[in-house]
Amino acid sequence: MGGTMQIGLGHFLTVSAILLVLGVFGIFLNRKNVIVILMSVELILLAVNLNLVAFSGALGDLTGQVFAMFVLTVAAAEAAIGLAIVVIYFRNRGSIQVEDVNLMKG
Amino acid sequence: MIYAIAVFAPLFGSLIAGLLGPFIGDRAAQAAAIIGMVIAAICGPLALFMLVAFDTAPSGVVSLGTWIDVGRFHVDWALRYDALSATMVGMVSFVAMLIHVYSVGYMGHEHRPKYRFFAYLSLFTFSMLMLVTADNLLQLFFGWEGVGLCSYLLIGYWYDRPSACAAAIKAMIVNRIGDLAFAVGIALVFFKFNSIEFPSIFASIGLHQADTYDLFGTSFPAFEVIGFLLFIGAMGKSAQIGLHVWLPDAMEGPTPVSALIHAATMVTAGVFLMARMSPLMEFAPTALAFVTIIGGTTALFAATIGCTQTDIKRVIAYSTCSQLGYMFVAAGVGAYQVSIFHLITHAFFKALLFLSAGSVIHAMSDEQDMRRMGGIWRKIPITYTVMWAGSLALAGIFPFAGYYSKDAILEAAYAAGGVGYYGWICGVLAAFLTAFYSWRLLIMTFHGAPRADKHVMAHVHESPLVMTGPLMVLAVGALVAGFLLKPDFIGEYWPEYWGLSIFNGPDNHVLHAMEELPGWVGLLPLLVGLAGIAMAYWWYMFQPGIPAAMAARFPAVYRFLLNKWYFDELYNWLFVQPAIKLARGLWQVGDAGIIDGMPNGVASLAADGSRQAVKLQTGSLALYAFVMLIGVVALLTIFLMFG
Amino acid sequence: MIVAIAFYAFALILLASAAMVVTARNPVHSVLFLILAFFNAAALFLIAGAEFLAMILVIVYVGAVAVLFLFVVMMLDVNFAELRSGYQRYMPVGAAIGGVLAIELLLVVTGWQVAPEALHLSLGAAPAAATNTAALAEVIYTKYVFLFQAAGLVLLVAMIGAIVLTLRDRKTSRHQVIRVQTERSAAATLEMVEAGIGAGIGTLGIYRPLPATADLEPADNDPHADDPHADPVDAAHGGGAHGGSGHHAPEAR
Repeated sequence: MGGTMQIGLGHFLTVSAILLVLGVFGIFLNRKNVIVILMSVELILLAVNLNLVAFSGALGDLTGQVFAMFVLTVAAAEAAIGLAIVVIYFRNRGSIQVEDVNLMKG
Repeated sequence: MIYAIAVFAPLFGSLIAGLLGPFIGDRAAQAAAIIGMVIAAICGPLALFMLVAFDTAPSGVVSLGTWIDVGRFHVDWALRYDALSATMVGMVSFVAMLIHVYSVGYMGHEHRPKYRFFAYLSLFTFSMLMLVTADNLLQLFFGWEGVGLCSYLLIGYWYDRPSACAAAIKAMIVNRIGDLAFAVGIALVFFKFNSIEFPSIFASIGLHQADTYDLFGTSFPAFEVIGFLLFIGAMGKSAQIGLHVWLPDAMEGPTPVSALIHAATMVTAGVFLMARMSPLMEFAPTALAFVTIIGGTTALFAATIGCTQTDIKRVIAYSTCSQLGYMFVAAGVGAYQVSIFHLITHAFFKALLFLSAGSVIHAMSDEQDMRRMGGIWRKIPITYTVMWAGSLALAGIFPFAGYYSKDAILEAAYAAGGVGYYGWICGVLAAFLTAFYSWRLLIMTFHGAPRADKHVMAHVHESPLVMTGPLMVLAVGALVAGFLLKPDFIGEYWPEYWGLSIFNGPDNHVLHAMEELPGWVGLLPLLVGLAGIAMAYWWYMFQPGIPAAMAARFPAVYRFLLNKWYFDELYNWLFVQPAIKLARGLWQVGDAGIIDGMPNGVASLAADGSRQAVKLQTGSLALYAFVMLIGVVALLTIFLMFG
Repeated sequence: MIVAIAFYAFALILLASAAMVVTARNPVHSVLFLILAFFNAAALFLIAGAEFLAMILVIVYVGAVAVLFLFVVMMLDVNFAELRSGYQRYMPVGAAIGGVLAIELLLVVTGWQVAPEALHLSLGAAPAAATNTAALAEVIYTKYVFLFQAAGLVLLVAMIGAIVLTLRDRKTSRHQVIRVQTERSAAATLEMVEAGIGAGIGTLGIYRPLPATADLEPADNDPHADDPHADPVDAAHGGGAHGGSGHHAPEAR
């Protein structure tokens, strides 16, 4: 791509790798707060999208961007459903503590 | 035809009484059974008469059809019609008929339906008739097991008495032991002769004399092995020492049953088997010697026990045991005709004794213990008289039936020499004891001061005609059977009478030799019998203190005899307890532990395992997410390191 | 050069705000940092040459998803301080996992190379002449039209699902009960009256919706009866399901 003399694919990959690790870290860190967990998932997906887009740009292949778009779509749906579940869960249990979600305990 | 009717009439009587009994009522069922028996009792002796008196009736086989036809194994339903079978049929049907008639009176006080009793009784008779008319070993075995089954049913007739049930089971099991040997013997016969039909066995005896049978690495003569096996079967059925334990206990059944088992049927089956297989036994000298030894031992052993028992029926039961020992002595020395002769006379006087004992019991309100009897001879004169007749016959006093047959047995034993001397000595001693315990029984039962309570004594009464009638007929039989039958059975006409039905080996001249013995041999049994009677009178009539004194002086001997040589205790210790322990072990370890343990263990293993596995399912979403991420990282690591 | 500076700046802010998203004490702050991260990611998309996706990210994510997060966080009455408890407990394991992941990704990032045949496997080469948006549209509406439709379906399902999950049936709202309507028989509601010639409805005792006149009412009625609008309103509402209540309203008086 024009004007990206120093900025190569490696830079993008590094950034998205760090973003992914941050997302994973976030899930561990906020194990009680399901909303933050959902946000961490968004971060992970964003890292993936960044990867796809970077490869698409580097290789001159549009498929990566198409894929990224679908990922965005699914991520949006996931966020909507996830938040809906959070809302209804809060309505029923008065809490969004993930640790309380253990009705399926064996 | 008449012959077949004699055999099957009891079966029809039994079926009508047993199957239709609940619908047609007790009286009709009794009538059916008795009519069947009367027909048999007419046809049976008639068939015998036709066979021996005229030569019109064809001697041979009445074929009824094929039973089993598998390869070389061929068995027919057939009635063998020769002197031996016809004699047995005549005796069995006649005596059984009298017992049936007697039962009507004896069971009169029974409150429950009686058709069952008569159905069993007739079926028993039919089984015995099948046994004696069998033309092959399998049919004989059919009858053999039939009487075994019926004895079980009849001994346990009063099934609400635990002792009766135990006695029935005991009879069944002890008989099974003998039957096992018998069945093996039949198999061995088939193995050696390729047939179990009597005609083909007897025809090919000569071809197989050198046959051997390998067992445990040793070769035995095949005939000896077969002879031993068949005799062990006969021991079980005929209650010889070792397998005799069921017989005294069989007294738990109603008295007519005891009479039927001990007089006419069942126990005589073993003796009959020896006579029937005489063509084979003649070539098994060792087995025959064994038969003689067992017979002599049993005769003496049972007689000693009979001297101490106090139950009237048990005394007679042991006397049966003893008399069967005599018969086996005769069979063992090769005098089968003599053993059958004694079998027939014994059937009369032993049935008589049992039935009169039943009459006494009936009179004494079901009291069987002789120590609580006495002083009743004036009240029941008919029973008393016929009991005398029976006892005289049993003791072998001239001219009663037992005199002829028992004398003949002892003469045959003496004449045979060798092991026969053992049989003779045992027989003479037993003859003394027989007379002693017979009069002990008579005196204790009928004489002396009444030992029963007043209530019972007030009810002592003579039995009705339906009971005394058969008794009188049997008494006449006990009186005359000896000298009437002797000429034909063992006297001058025996070769014509028996024909080919009983075989005597070429070297077997015992029936001739016994005619040429010194006179004292023939006289000795009578003398010891009289001595036994005299001693019984001395001990029990004139000096009643002596028995107790003797018992006190020789307590060990007395207890040994009273406890029947401790056979029951020995078997209990030797077989019953180990069997119970083994069964308990198999139950607790094998069944509950291993067999139940396997499925139970698997089930509890699954339950425990899943109880542990369930802990993985914490229900915590966070943990699931963690585990999932850790898994992703692990996969990535694997992929990087090994991909 | 400027691009490099921009990339580094945006990347730095992106990572910093992502770190703040996962560590902020207040979820509202987290959401706001998430929005910031999305903005910066969009900038990185621009640098990578994906203008359309960058705009999508801003519009859809910042405009919708992130705001939805914000909405939920503000709506739920949650004691977020409590949710922070145990924050330290999983720090080590999280750090360990994250560290391992980071090292592995670092290995990949430093050691990667494009496979020679990768270029030939290109599925949809970007046309040089067209703009990014036009080129993307070219592919989406032709080659990937079914996937595109499927993505639309995913969104539809998500929408319906969210509505079904969160729609609450209020007890106070009035519903049309179709069963009651269809089970209504004429006899239950309609009364046929034989009226004589010249007989008025008043004489027969037939009532009709009460006119808003006070002079028919007894004097000892409660003061609220003065309100002339009470009954007509009620009658109008009661139309279907409460069938006939309007007719009999005067009886209640």
